[in-house]
Amino acid sequence: MAERKRTWDKEDDLPVYLARPGTTDQVPRQKYGGMFCNVEGAYESKTIDFDALSVGQRSARSPKSIQDGSQDGRSTDSEPGSICTDKGTGGHEEGHSGIDIKTTGGKEILQNLDELKSDRLLIKGGRIVNDDQSFYADIYMEDGLIKQIGDNLIVPGGVKIIEANGKMVIPGGIDIHTHFQMPYRGTTTVDDFSQGTKAALAGGTTMIVDHVIPDPGASLIEAFERWREWADDKACCDYSLHVDITHWSDSAKQEVETLVKEKGVNSFLVYMAYKDLFQMTNSELYDIFTFLGELGAVVQVHAENGEIIAQEQARMLEMGITGPEGHVLSRPEELEAEAVFRAITIASQTNCPLYVTKVMSKSAADIISQARKKGNVVFGEPISASLGTDGTHYWSKNWAKAASFVTSPPLSPDPTTPDYLNSLLASGDLNVTGSSHCTFSTAQKAIGKDDFTQIPEGVNGVEERMAIIWDKAVVTGKMDENMFVAVTSTNAAKILNLYPRKGRIAVGSDSDLVIWDCDAVRTITAKTHNSAAEYNVFEGMELRGAPLVVICQGKIVLEDGNLHATSGTGRFIPCTPFPDFAYKRVKARKQLAVLRAVPRGMYDGPVSDFTPMSRGGTPAASARTSPTKQSVPVRNLHQSGFSLAGNPAQRGEPICLFIHSHVHAAVLRS
Amino acid sequence: QSDRLIIKGGKIVNDDQSFYADVYVEDGIIKQIGENLIVPGGVKTIDAYGHIVIPGGIDVNTCLHMPYLGMTPADDFYHGTKAALAGGTTMIIDHVLPEPGSSLLAAYDQWRDIADKKSCCDYSLHMDITHWHEGHIEELEALVKDKGVNSFLVFMAYKDMYQCSDSQIYEILSILRDLGAIAQVHAENGDIIQEEQKRLLDLGITGPEGHVLSHPEEVETEAVYRVLTIAKQANCPLYITKVMSKTSADVIAQARRKGMVVYGEPITASLGTDGSHYWSKNWVKAAAFVMSPPVNPDPSTPDYLNSLLSCGDLQVTGSAHCTFTTAQKAVGKDNFTLIPEGTNGIEERMSVVWEKSVATGKMDENEFVAVTSTNAAKIFNLYPRKGRIAVGSDADIVIWNTKETKIISAKSHNLTVECNIFEGMECHGAPVVVISQGKIVLEAEKLSVTEGSGRFIPRKTFPDYVYKRIKARNRLADIRGVPRGLYDGPVHDVTTATKAVAPTPTSRGSACPGKAQMVPVRNLHQSGFTLSGNQMDDHIPRRTAQRIVAPPGGRSNITSLS
Repeated sequence: MAERKRTWDKEDDLPVYLARPGTTDQVPRQKYGGMFCNVEGAYESKTIDFDALSVGQRSARSPKSIQDGSQDGRSTDSEPGSICTDKGTGGHEEGHSGIDIKTTGGKEILQNLDELKSDRLLIKGGRIVNDDQSFYADIYMEDGLIKQIGDNLIVPGGVKIIEANGKMVIPGGIDIHTHFQMPYRGTTTVDDFSQGTKAALAGGTTMIVDHVIPDPGASLIEAFERWREWADDKACCDYSLHVDITHWSDSAKQEVETLVKEKGVNSFLVYMAYKDLFQMTNSELYDIFTFLGELGAVVQVHAENGEIIAQEQARMLEMGITGPEGHVLSRPEELEAEAVFRAITIASQTNCPLYVTKVMSKSAADIISQARKKGNVVFGEPISASLGTDGTHYWSKNWAKAASFVTSPPLSPDPTTPDYLNSLLASGDLNVTGSSHCTFSTAQKAIGKDDFTQIPEGVNGVEERMAIIWDKAVVTGKMDENMFVAVTSTNAAKILNLYPRKGRIAVGSDSDLVIWDCDAVRTITAKTHNSAAEYNVFEGMELRGAPLVVICQGKIVLEDGNLHATSGTGRFIPCTPFPDFAYKRVKARKQLAVLRAVPRGMYDGPVSDFTPMSRGGTPAASARTSPTKQSVPVRNLHQSGFSLAGNPAQRGEPICLFIHSHVHAAVLRS
Repeated sequence: QSDRLIIKGGKIVNDDQSFYADVYVEDGIIKQIGENLIVPGGVKTIDAYGHIVIPGGIDVNTCLHMPYLGMTPADDFYHGTKAALAGGTTMIIDHVLPEPGSSLLAAYDQWRDIADKKSCCDYSLHMDITHWHEGHIEELEALVKDKGVNSFLVFMAYKDMYQCSDSQIYEILSILRDLGAIAQVHAENGDIIQEEQKRLLDLGITGPEGHVLSHPEEVETEAVYRVLTIAKQANCPLYITKVMSKTSADVIAQARRKGMVVYGEPITASLGTDGSHYWSKNWVKAAAFVMSPPVNPDPSTPDYLNSLLSCGDLQVTGSAHCTFTTAQKAVGKDNFTLIPEGTNGIEERMSVVWEKSVATGKMDENEFVAVTSTNAAKIFNLYPRKGRIAVGSDADIVIWNTKETKIISAKSHNLTVECNIFEGMECHGAPVVVISQGKIVLEAEKLSVTEGSGRFIPRKTFPDYVYKRIKARNRLADIRGVPRGLYDGPVHDVTTATKAVAPTPTSRGSACPGKAQMVPVRNLHQSGFTLSGNQMDDHIPRRTAQRIVAPPGGRSNITSLS
């Protein structure tokens, strides 16, 4: 970040033809035609006023944006709220020359207009950051939609104006993996949809995608409806749902089809772990992948080898290891990598896009990036916990602390893992981030106090997700702000097929926006977080970057650290199948991958006697019947003069004949 | 024929060095090596000037008596070993394949019986575990301790027939590690194969090309990766039979780089030819190539595998020789899944490796000896009795002519089958004299073998080559629990404990060992150890970005949560 800011200053000195309006990034790729594109309508729905962005006017804005970072960062200090801003960290701003603050702070304006209860919002002077480019423009919102983007917008009266003062305006985060209000053995996670989405909003996430976990054998649709009910009652932000396939049968198949076609679910999770509970066999995985591939849904996997885990757990308990360290010892990262490898193999066989949830270890991430290099359509989702912390705490003497880290796959004890995963996220080998937020109170975790296999699994992370990635990846220079938007929001929206409604700041998109303060510093602690859990796995971490204002469905829900979220305002966002992001390539490959049999004459030589396969064996019924379909063309070929023998005179000695043809083939090849 | 032989003037090639010396053989054992040897009279002299003298080849993977649908391979122990000797291989290790569910010992006895009657060269046996249940443990012990079998094969393919689940493999590997035996795997994902077979038959693809299409390379690679993971967990050495593709060889090479004790066995077919013939218009020819994992359609595979063999990432070569006549293969004429699987290669193995690796300059003659003979002897605990030319070793010796050129053809091979998958291949390098058990069996292109002269060579457990490292790791791999105070905070009530618990009986049944741990834990608690306050691990710097503002110790007391 710091580097980028410095370039803004320099930009003023650049010649007119070099200085670019609105952005200091490299020239963004023009998606709809280049600079000289004169195709009619090429700039439709992009109401950027190019004149306003011209070189001459830009210089007036940029210095303003630099100084205000510090101003707003400080101003939030006084507010008692969820964001604790560290006063002592002026260090980041030292790089800027001391310019006086000229503009009025954003918050006064906000507060003045707050009484109007207007649905109309105008964000002035923000730097809009999408996944492809950044530029300065104002945003006008009405009825929860972005209506206009550009400079000098003509807006009606009674508009609440937010002065962004050059701060980043990004699409609200999408947390693609949460478990709010998840039932577990008669209890539920402490963060319900209300608490959880509040925490999400506080962290700059304006949409969550929760997992529906039906009991094995129970109806998927019923479970889905139950989750809908819970979420509709309580959610404070928009949400969507994944459905976990916990058992596989014909009825489940039908239900999946209904969910895709009528209920707006386009992603399903299958488990390779949790033996005797959720785990699927390889054949079932193959079947599910094939089925979902045809429906155009995204297949997600929880990738861990459940069989070996069960064995290892038994071994650990036998050795007398009952504490949380047994959890990580019984789930070594190799088992995660193995399952990822297997899932990718099956997906590649079935030509189905794959989404690996919870990438927790280096080796699993490596497998994914290797597979991507080979051309497999696979997406990896690291979570807040794997990006922000490591698994050394499983050996903590404090049982409750150690237990709070228990999640599956476990956090890798290798302390270099977070850094590595952030690098892969920055390079695009991993694509999206979730939080897998699933919190239990210490009392709930204590169900497993004498046996680590009974500890309810899950860590927090919905609130911290955006800030962790900003701190670990953007501040360290691994990724730029555009990539940040891509991994926290845009890619998720693309996979869910919600793009560009979500995940982009564009005319017509939902007005889920975050004004991001790059310089705010806050310390994560369970004392101040918005989750109901007593422990925070990121306890004590100092993170740079925090949301300053969060706008969800066109309403300001966070300002000055005050959260104004209303339970039940969240809408269910239905997802449609065949997301382009995942399926375009798969469709093309389907057209190519047509298998053809080799037309051969009928074999009419001797056949040995054999005892038919009595038990098991290879596919029996279908195998024997299907060849009849093929027999007609084969016979035709045979009749049309093609013969095995080549020279009928030598029919008596088939051995020689075959050799004959073989030699010919060899000669031809060589 | 004399029992006393002297080989004169040849260059002796072992896996570590080559030198010029004469070899004197008596009673089937090498008695002297050196120059100007003093030997008794009546000694037959073999002239080896200009040739190299190498230890006889060991073919680690043959299936000369594998039953399939009531048929047995066309090349039985007699024809198979005869062909082996003709190609310079003086010992084979055959796979015993018991009927699933039947006794392993009974199958062992059956194989011993047949092989003792028919085999022309020394042999040993691998045992295939076709069906796993607890009762087999005793049989495994008996085989290892009394019967001289130290290697066992498990199948990850052939669903509903031989296939083992992951937990079964884990159990078997743990047992084999304790017994000191070698775990071999047939690595292919049987579940996916079955699905693919169904799909292809539904598409109307019934010919041999369906075989290779239903056994894609990824499926082999996946299984190799999986079994490596399991072996790592079980701390068990692993031996992958039939490495047929580049990617699975890569996975093995990577695992070795990570320190795993794993061995890969490419076979004659994967080193010498490729799978493009599956699409041959000639059904008979296409069917001759059918084996699992299939010969890879990528024509660059043989070259690649030879390179890995040369650099030591793959260590041994077998042939997986298991031949069926065309009439037998024709059982699957309308359905590729019924085609009996197996290719030839027992006779061609040495020549193919020489041609592809030594003649091309990938490996030298010492490495050639290592991959065709010495490494196999070491892994299966036959060294230095086999696999080396040294005083006291068995007189299994091959005099190898590096200049001779031979064209492989079904017309001239020593097998009974009509097709040879290496048909037309030109090989530089061939055995001129083969000595097995101190007797000349091949000389001047004349093969003189005796049916039933082969002896069973029992093998001991814990081969050093394999188990030295494993033993050291076993000593290190000691896992300890963290001593903690007893948790005395609130515990949430669990209503439905019966269902929805991840690990089932095994884990709960073993709750009792936990009691053993209780005593020290309680002592610790009583001895003034408190949960609150600074943590033991607080001083360890974990994350650079972490600056602890409020010491977590202040809040970490689990009984007084804010």
